[in-house]
Amino acid sequence: MSRIAEIFETMEYGPAPESPDRVDAWLRAHDARFDLFIGGEWVAGDPGERFEVVRPSTGEPLAEVTQASEADVDRAVRAAREAFATWSRLSGHERARHLYALARGIQKRARLFAVLESMDNGKPIRESRDLDIPLVARHFYHHAGWAQLIERDLPGYEPVGVVGQVIPWNFPLLMLAWKIAPALAAGNTVVLKPAEFTPLTALLFAELCRDAGLPPGVVNIVTGDGRTGAALVAHPDVDKVAFTGSTEVGRIIRAETAGSGKKLSLELGGKSPFIVYDDADLDSVVEGVVDAIWFNQGQVCCAGSRILVQESVAATLERKLRARMETLRMGDPLDKGIDIGAIVAPVQLERIRSLVEQGRREGARIWQPSWSTPKEGYFYPPTLCTDVAPASTLAQVEIFGPVVALMTFRTPAESVELANDTRYGLAASVWTENVNLALDIAPRIKAGTVWINCTNLFDAASGFGGYRESGYGREGGREGLFEYVVPSWTRALKKRDRAFGPKPADASGTRPLEEGATPPPAPAPVDRTPKLYYGGKQARPDAEYALAVIDAEGHFVAEVPRGNRKDVRNAVEAAHRGARAWVPRTAHNRAQILYYMAENLSYRADEFAARLRALQGIRRKDAEREVELSIRRLFTYAAWADKYDGAVHHTPFRNVTLAMPEPIGAMAAVCPDEAPLLGFVSVMAPLVCMGNAAVIVPSQRWPLLATDFYQILETSDVPAGVVNVVTGLRTELTPVLAAHDDIDGIWYFGDADGAAEVERLSTGNMKRTWTTYGAPLDWWSDEQGEGEHFLREASQVKNIWVPYGE
Amino acid sequence: MVTTTRSEVPRAPAPVEPEVPHARNPGMPLEAEWVEEVRVNRSAVERRASTLTTRRSVKKDWQAAWLLKAVACMDLTTLAGDDTPGRVQRLCAKARRPVRRDILEGLGADRLGLTVGAVCVYHAFVETAVRALQGSGIPVAAVSTGFPHGLSPFETRLAEIRASVEAGAREIDIVITRAHVLTRNWQALYDEVRAFREACGDAHMKAILATGELATLRNVYQASLVCMMAGADFIKTSTGKESANATLPVGVTMARAIREYGERTGHAVGFKPAGGIRTAKEALAWLILMKEELGNAWLEPTLFRFGASSLLRDIERQLEHHLTGRYSAGHRHPMA
Repeated sequence: MSRIAEIFETMEYGPAPESPDRVDAWLRAHDARFDLFIGGEWVAGDPGERFEVVRPSTGEPLAEVTQASEADVDRAVRAAREAFATWSRLSGHERARHLYALARGIQKRARLFAVLESMDNGKPIRESRDLDIPLVARHFYHHAGWAQLIERDLPGYEPVGVVGQVIPWNFPLLMLAWKIAPALAAGNTVVLKPAEFTPLTALLFAELCRDAGLPPGVVNIVTGDGRTGAALVAHPDVDKVAFTGSTEVGRIIRAETAGSGKKLSLELGGKSPFIVYDDADLDSVVEGVVDAIWFNQGQVCCAGSRILVQESVAATLERKLRARMETLRMGDPLDKGIDIGAIVAPVQLERIRSLVEQGRREGARIWQPSWSTPKEGYFYPPTLCTDVAPASTLAQVEIFGPVVALMTFRTPAESVELANDTRYGLAASVWTENVNLALDIAPRIKAGTVWINCTNLFDAASGFGGYRESGYGREGGREGLFEYVVPSWTRALKKRDRAFGPKPADASGTRPLEEGATPPPAPAPVDRTPKLYYGGKQARPDAEYALAVIDAEGHFVAEVPRGNRKDVRNAVEAAHRGARAWVPRTAHNRAQILYYMAENLSYRADEFAARLRALQGIRRKDAEREVELSIRRLFTYAAWADKYDGAVHHTPFRNVTLAMPEPIGAMAAVCPDEAPLLGFVSVMAPLVCMGNAAVIVPSQRWPLLATDFYQILETSDVPAGVVNVVTGLRTELTPVLAAHDDIDGIWYFGDADGAAEVERLSTGNMKRTWTTYGAPLDWWSDEQGEGEHFLREASQVKNIWVPYGE
Repeated sequence: MVTTTRSEVPRAPAPVEPEVPHARNPGMPLEAEWVEEVRVNRSAVERRASTLTTRRSVKKDWQAAWLLKAVACMDLTTLAGDDTPGRVQRLCAKARRPVRRDILEGLGADRLGLTVGAVCVYHAFVETAVRALQGSGIPVAAVSTGFPHGLSPFETRLAEIRASVEAGAREIDIVITRAHVLTRNWQALYDEVRAFREACGDAHMKAILATGELATLRNVYQASLVCMMAGADFIKTSTGKESANATLPVGVTMARAIREYGERTGHAVGFKPAGGIRTAKEALAWLILMKEELGNAWLEPTLFRFGASSLLRDIERQLEHHLTGRYSAGHRHPMA
């Protein structure tokens, strides 16, 4: 029988290989050896050690690249710094032309990029051809647009400077685009380190930069392993670090850069839930799972690796999944007819194996389809794990492979609980035909992206990034642009070492008292001893330590509690209860309450002004001004409560992509010493405005303005637990808050050492931090003391993708 | 070099193939609850449909073989107002020898005995076609029941079926009353199709849903189910006369309905996309859809047919190109 006649009977697919010829020719033209791309030229490394890059589908070497040393990184940063001077001063339009040229250049070389990516990474050519590379071009187009518009769209902002970027191996060129396009659009220059497993498309991109006429030094590519990345992150002349990769490394980077003043964005790991309700289109759900966990061999930070399925349809879904897994095709990444390619490297393959093995030992049922995997190269079959409990390794640990765990739930409420039962918060997928259910669940899931009836959709117009230990910052969209700019006024901050505002009497302030020590007799006729304030009422401190409050004349006025770690613990618990009550409130309602606070403060303005004068010894006019500004500030955030809202992004799908600012959760804020009333109000109001609950450490030196404020809170309908105050020593309270794993973010306006400590201690749960590194803010100015930058720091953007069409 | 050993992992059972692929679908009582619980997410189905052909590629000898299979699965059709006996006879001659002999020889496919799946005509030409196809084994299919609108009197439609069967049609393509779907009157739809099925007797029945007039994919799925419950041997997308013809999302939806019905009842029902399929490339896409969603059994004429009139010409050109490496011209292939 002829071959055609035979195929006529078997109806097999047969091979459909994409040709590697052009890639081979490109590699040959470089002798398969690559230097570093610095200052627009290929530069040999010093000392120029090289390592091999391997093709995962065969295990054969593809090329040799340079291990960039510290000296090489320094050269690259210097080139970027030099280029920054001119690049940042180009008009937006001129930068737009350059970005446009890069976008066009990528399109013109799309096939070469795609084939090279698949050879280097092992991903199917379908994915690199239809997803990675088109998204790369789209990212440069979109950001060419931002370059064009940024001057008029973000007035008062300027580029950060030299950006050090470290990217992973799972989407090598796409991650490069996500990093480089917004950085360049905003006027920054870049030193980028691609992953050691997959540096080749970055090197091809370097060539494109040169061919497209990008000014030398604007983009520099340094190859190497973790040591190169560490050198880049640590370089003192890098103004911002952007990293995508594991939470483990992200934690190290946060700790290493603590106190350096480097702006930081991290896109880290995930264990994203894929939630299936009983009214979902189960056949489509099955294809969703294919896209969620068998896309890119499951080596996707936002992979839907935890299927949570309503118990009533679990058996049906499992049956359908198994049947579908039988028809998945695995093989040569360059074959146009496969679904799953090769795992990037033996070490990753080993990690997948050992985690699945551990899952099996813990009692999970492991199921794989009957077909066998290729004998050569690094392949791992699609794997479905059932009998998995939330406590199982398979449900908790990011595997980064084609392995999915299936668990069941009973009710929508339980599905949310299970979905959020993770340290991560990168993405989630929600499957139901009920729009009421979908739009109820989406805001309740702690994740930066929620896909309704779809999964793993990406676009440059939509911000991507995490909640919790999945990192912070967004990539894409308007929200992503802010990662690459700073308000212009922050430039002046670094130069100032003295607080703004009227100068208070030196004698005034607080001093610690020994436990149980009798304070000097109080001058007031009735003893007024403020306590701590949490859960909506004044609470006695855990210990009897106190701070004596001394007025401008040097007289003892009162004592305030010296809160300790147990007080912080209690206040944080109260804050979480407060958040539960606060989040569902409407923005209008939050505005009403902020207005009410302003009204009550206004009613007692004289009393607060008198207190400021008595304590600080400042002029009446200055005291009255601080109270007036505090009232004004409350008005500002009351006004903003229902106006700092989201967007509908124009992503190129038939859907609405809702970008919603959401509260971060339970937030801590450490107030500055100066402006004891205005500083307190200036941090409390934006946090509360955005729906957070706050644990606030007020001015250590003049805490009575905050304790006096208790009565304003009590009379302004603020729900219990929304605003909590712990007085005491900043150095004692800050570390407890910064290290607290149930605090979602912390603002710190103390000194530089404290700021560094806050950043260092934030790594436990990767909480968001905001500090000025000891530089005083001018709380009396509208530019610095209030504004959208406070609201941005008080919220995180969630993108909800809602496809439609019946 | 690393390889994966998985001896410890439970293996999947062999894929379920229908035992007797050509066995007829006896149908089942109407199960309205099943019909009502159907959910189809259009966006997700469209995504699946659009990636079917980007996830799979059939090249070279495989492509030639697959195109020959497309010919074997073709209901070569003429359904025009100006049909005449002469035109139908020509079509039947083409049905017997759909591809030039020298091309088949060149492909090593001359001993496959390749013919089309059936010839599909109006009732008026059933006898002509039957005579013209005598001895070929190629069945004649008749469109029936007030094709294409399906709105003539019910008794007339039944009589039409009986007449065509009597005239020698071995396959009857009936059309459903779209109103029953749009008004969600499943009982009426079921009763109608059940009656058609009885009238068909031994002739195989293909139920045309006219999906272009059913508005939503959920309606398509539900109508598919009801027709299968009522005993349709095939479900078919379109008459070719609606403004929207067979589309891949509709195909995905109907294939999934067939799969679900087969899993629940054990009966394999065939599928026939019709209308607007004109190119070899489109034919390959439909075959890929069948293989992916239903399996290899649905790549045989027993369970899969194309309704097409101009598709064959393009396939012939592609086959000749495969053989010679030169792009072919339409006039090099005998017309129907």
